[in-house]
Amino acid sequence: MTTLINEEGLRVDGRRIDQLRPFKLEVGVLRNADGSAYIEMGKNKIVAAVYGPKEVHPKHQTLPDKCLLRCRYHMSPFSTDTRKNPAPSRREIEISKILREALEPALILGDYPRTAIDVYIEVLQSDGGSRCASLTAAALALADAGINMRDLVVACAAGKIEGKIVLDLNDAEDKEGEADVPVAIMPNLNQVTLLQLDGTVTREEFKTAFELALQGCKTLYDAQRATLITKYFGKAEPPQQEAQESQESQEE
Amino acid sequence: MPGIIRKYVVPGELIVDGKYRLGANVYASQDKVYSTRVGLAEISRGEVRVIPLSGSYIPRVDDFVIGKIKDYSAFAWEVDIASCFYAYLPAQAVFGRDYSPAQDSMLDRFKIGDMVAAKIAAFDRTRDPLLSVSGPGLGLINRGEIVKIMPTKVPRLIGKKGSMIKTVEAGTSCRLSIGQNGIIVVNGPPDGIAKAVNAIRLIEEEAHTADLTQKVEALLTGSGGA
Repeated sequence: MTTLINEEGLRVDGRRIDQLRPFKLEVGVLRNADGSAYIEMGKNKIVAAVYGPKEVHPKHQTLPDKCLLRCRYHMSPFSTDTRKNPAPSRREIEISKILREALEPALILGDYPRTAIDVYIEVLQSDGGSRCASLTAAALALADAGINMRDLVVACAAGKIEGKIVLDLNDAEDKEGEADVPVAIMPNLNQVTLLQLDGTVTREEFKTAFELALQGCKTLYDAQRATLITKYFGKAEPPQQEAQESQESQEE
Repeated sequence: MPGIIRKYVVPGELIVDGKYRLGANVYASQDKVYSTRVGLAEISRGEVRVIPLSGSYIPRVDDFVIGKIKDYSAFAWEVDIASCFYAYLPAQAVFGRDYSPAQDSMLDRFKIGDMVAAKIAAFDRTRDPLLSVSGPGLGLINRGEIVKIMPTKVPRLIGKKGSMIKTVEAGTSCRLSIGQNGIIVVNGPPDGIAKAVNAIRLIEEEAHTADLTQKVEALLTGSGGA
């Protein structure tokens, strides 16, 4: 077995155990989508696109009291080392479902009755933890689309490799390690929208992993917020002394 | 205006703590007011609201909108108003109460593809919006240039008490009809239309910046814009 943590306590990619991979966030990357976002998290490269609210097709799926949220997580054939069959796999169908369920509580779907919102997530290059990166990007895309939300959603994984609890597993650690705990939260409401566990950990280890993942989420949330603010306002500070005349009017 | 606090917010961000009247695009939980959109939060005179910077058009009763006839049935036209709902323009609203599908031909009034200026007569969560074309300035649009902008930028294009729209109209000798759904009809001389379209694009792109009026004036007085 390969060693995942060396004598100096560094991981295969040179990170400390409580360190995130380098990441990059962007919003509004697709012209035709109502909202879109792009995330690079380590070697992950993921685009999320939001279309809607729009009328529901097929019509019988329409919900009379709220919006229908549909989510597709898809990995491009070239996103993995060996070609991946583009047909949705068991895993992709499952991730689509858990992403939808992780986004749903953050959206105020009751504001858009009889409509649908489609979220498409395309993994262009994959590394470990793509579901978490996808969620972080999808939440940004939804905010970009201007859909009413209670909160953003931000996700990060923690895991156990060689008996140590570490933050943000990459592909090698995910495959060789003992456990993976993806966590998604609504950071302002302090609520968890996704919590999975793959592998075995003790209660104490789980607690540590969960806390560590929360730390990771907080860091990512700050970046999410900064990305949106920069995109929409161009600068990262609040206005306060904005010229009076510049601000919005009422109707004609 | 004194006593207005403004800040940039993202969805879920805490705007203010305490009891406030809730304006648009906010929600309260345990006396804390949060934003539901990316936008500019304003706290003034006990009210909190967020001016959103993205999002699609959600109809409101009495809004002036511009739409395109998509389809018609025996009793109504279906109008695309660039929203998540198709709007319905009932034939009775055009022909009057004694409308009869046997006597009146709907195609005489509006054909598929026609643009109409209308008011939202009724809309609530349970039903698609209903339109009305009775009123001054409403009905078939038979000339002019159509421009589409983001619906969230419409208030900026109109400006305080219509100041921005007046600036553009004066600078281009055009007439602008601005639908709340972000569809605009520009009428006037050809070079004026080109100028006005440029000005509208500028306003859409730089809606959040200060001294926008000056920028627009510079564009309009400059050599032809572009």
